[in-house]
Amino acid sequence: MITLKNIEKVYQTKSIETVALQNVNLTVPQGEFLSIMGPSGCGKSTLLNIMGLLDVPSSGTVEIGGKLITSYKDKELAHLRNEKIGFVFQSYHLIQDLSVLDNVELPLLYRPHVSAADRRKRAQVALEKVGLSSRTGHYPSQLSGGQRQRVAIARALIGMPEIILADEPTGNLDSVMGEEIMQILLDLNRQEFTTIVMVTHDEQMAQKTERLVRFFDGQQVSDAKLYDFQKA
Amino acid sequence: MLKNYIKIAWKVLLRRKFFTFISLFGISFTLMVLMVVTALFDHTFGPQMPEQKTDELLFVNIMREQRDGGFMSSGPPSYYFLNRYVHTLETPENVSINSVFVTVNSYVNNKKLALDIKFTDAQFWQILDFNFLEGKPFGKQEVAYASRVAVINENTRRQYFGTGEAIGQEIEVDQVNYKVVGVVEDVPVLRLHSYADIWVPITLRSQEFKNTGLRGTYFATIKARQAADIPGIKNEYAHMMQEVERQNPEKGTALHSFPDSILESFARTLLGKGREGKLGLLYVILTGITLLFMLLPTINLININISRIMERSSEIGVRKAFGASSNTIIGQFVVENVFLTLIGGLFGFALSALVLEMINDSRLIAYADLSLNLRVFAWGLLLCLIFGLISGVYPAFKMSRLHAVEALKGGSK
Repeated sequence: MITLKNIEKVYQTKSIETVALQNVNLTVPQGEFLSIMGPSGCGKSTLLNIMGLLDVPSSGTVEIGGKLITSYKDKELAHLRNEKIGFVFQSYHLIQDLSVLDNVELPLLYRPHVSAADRRKRAQVALEKVGLSSRTGHYPSQLSGGQRQRVAIARALIGMPEIILADEPTGNLDSVMGEEIMQILLDLNRQEFTTIVMVTHDEQMAQKTERLVRFFDGQQVSDAKLYDFQKA
Repeated sequence: MLKNYIKIAWKVLLRRKFFTFISLFGISFTLMVLMVVTALFDHTFGPQMPEQKTDELLFVNIMREQRDGGFMSSGPPSYYFLNRYVHTLETPENVSINSVFVTVNSYVNNKKLALDIKFTDAQFWQILDFNFLEGKPFGKQEVAYASRVAVINENTRRQYFGTGEAIGQEIEVDQVNYKVVGVVEDVPVLRLHSYADIWVPITLRSQEFKNTGLRGTYFATIKARQAADIPGIKNEYAHMMQEVERQNPEKGTALHSFPDSILESFARTLLGKGREGKLGLLYVILTGITLLFMLLPTINLININISRIMERSSEIGVRKAFGASSNTIIGQFVVENVFLTLIGGLFGFALSALVLEMINDSRLIAYADLSLNLRVFAWGLLLCLIFGLISGVYPAFKMSRLHAVEALKGGSK
């Protein structure tokens, strides 16, 4: 599903060269729930951004669904992100001026063939999945952190992407809320066979996923298979 | 998608009240000034009563003689020239000769009334679309017999006759009594070729017809059968000018006279030294002035927009992450800005309607009836869109280039 080969990411300023990722080779099969751990600044988020086609590696190749995307133009990358990938961010990144329903609809706005009525219907279904169907008319500022993250998850899954990339989705939440969010992600992975890559600092959360990859100083230092959800 | 963009634009406007006020004030004030100028322009050059069919009308108002040494003299042509040469043109449907208006005195109840009088032929009333409120124009017969009849405007009627009967009554102007045969709606002073307070038969000034010089105090109004005949009339006129005989021709003297539309006449006088057309140049200058005038508020709006959009970098990042291309982002912010500009435009329209009303009431321009008609509205809408596009595209382009990852770091909500 996602294949990274010899990925290197270097940030260059006038005086300093910072290596964020070095010689990363990683394959994430379809339907896997992978977590990535490591100390702050070790390149986890950079890696997630590269997987999500939001950033480009300094060298190496990225394949999504068997397609090499190195030569893709902005418009093609946007299309691929829209069709294949859903994002969940630590700080939710909901649009404050839009209602919960409008926020969830957002990815479908970029699919011209989806009608407004269909968008609305699918947004309601997505919100039901995350248990927020009663809050459609609310605005992000009227929701708790956990509720905001649920909206963000509904937004990520409305387009039925094959991959969800979650960057510390429970990082801003208390443990109860964190558990709830984690459960939604686990259900999504098990029931809908969605590939999930989650960056986390939380060992407990990571231990609930199928596979755990650890990073240190931009390099992959371990790769452990914890469970096989498909067989379980 | 468009609905979504407008929805968010509206929310942003409500949330950022100060920015919204500054933006809207700039837009509406700029557009108000442009709209007032456009209304004034339209009032002076556009189709307005009584010169409704401007595309079929030409005016002769200048006769210019230029000598070798550069010495030049110019002024309105004479009755002799217009009657002998212009009246005999074959391409036009109709030609009217009428005098330049002059101010004369009239007295009513011992009160002095300054009236502008114009001497016209009967064709004048056929060519132009005056709005008769009472009576009718004088005809060929009255002109042929130099009858002392007059058509007066609404204002003169009110001042001289009050609420009483006017038609058939006598009005004394410059110590001459005229019988009123018609009352017309006031014609704005900006319509120099048609304007007056009182119109009387041209033959009442027949002593001036003897002057066989080429310059005098008369205009000609030429009506084409259709707009397409205008070039033909101009050609015939140019040929006719070569045939004009002069009583004491001085060697090397050039004679210039042209049948022009109102705007052409303005451009020729202002920019063409009375000889060359220069309408194109006038359009370039007017466009340049408009753009220059719009430049400062546009730059301001661009700056405001950049800071306004910068605050929404997180949103740009999210939109990019979920499938918006850079072009889509540009589209969104341009739509938002055009929306904002159109709202500003609405305020601008309201403000300009107010200012035009004030100009009309102030009597700054005699009988001016400046208004926001459909033409002015269309121009205003166009200006709004140009303003919105110019001030929206650059900030949108700049922000669309923002790297998605950087954009997402820009805000956390």
